[in-house]
Amino acid sequence: MEPARSTRSIGLGRVLITVYAILALAATARSVVQIATKFHVAPVAYLLSGLAGLVYILATIALLGKGDRWYRVAWITIVFEFVGVVVVGTVSLVDPMLFPSDTVWSYFGRGYLFIPLVLPILGMLWLYRNRPPAIESTNEG
Amino acid sequence: MIGWFTIVQIVVAVLAALTCLVVSLTGRQPNDLTLAVVAAVELLLIAQVVVALIAPATGNTPTGNVLEFWVYLVSAVIIPPAAVFWALTDRERWSTLILSVACFAIAVMVFRMSQIWFAH
Repeated sequence: MEPARSTRSIGLGRVLITVYAILALAATARSVVQIATKFHVAPVAYLLSGLAGLVYILATIALLGKGDRWYRVAWITIVFEFVGVVVVGTVSLVDPMLFPSDTVWSYFGRGYLFIPLVLPILGMLWLYRNRPPAIESTNEG
Repeated sequence: MIGWFTIVQIVVAVLAALTCLVVSLTGRQPNDLTLAVVAAVELLLIAQVVVALIAPATGNTPTGNVLEFWVYLVSAVIIPPAAVFWALTDRERWSTLILSVACFAIAVMVFRMSQIWFAH
């Protein structure tokens, strides 16, 4: 029988989804303000910040979604975020002019209590622990 | 924003987050106490909306980005009801932790709002 809910959106997963949803809201809303009011200061950084916000929204939806397809989307979006925060965090240290301190990934998400750095790691652990049975048997076989 | 009222909001939000955290650690689902503290956080946010609308007329004007301030405030007002709705779709100990996370986020957001309003 088809379960009513994805195993990823129960228990502790619901807390994870809550944090993702809040970060998605915060990052997207802030980048919209930045693009609207001071885009010329750092166009690349603010556009990337906006993209990051949209990917957080997609990750939140993917964690809520049922089935293998959403499971893959969740992996792709969460890995994207992890790579993003590591790369942009490093670049912002090397070249602070390119990435002002007020974007979601600058200085490894320092402006967001480093949640952008920690959250994808927790997300990946959660996805690994809650992998769908079909994918699990493929990996082991 | 009003200095002392901002501090009250942050203190109440942090206390609400800690209350929900403790109740969650004891393995309980959301009860009257946890829902009441979240309601208190929301009521203070609505009062903050009124304060932010009236304050500029009394000479208390924001020195930072007004648009950014309002985006934070509107987002903050939405979060507690959304968290309660999401928490009550499954009543379990993790629901109480969801409420804790939401209240903690409000504390951070009110602090950010004060940084924008009182920007140098």
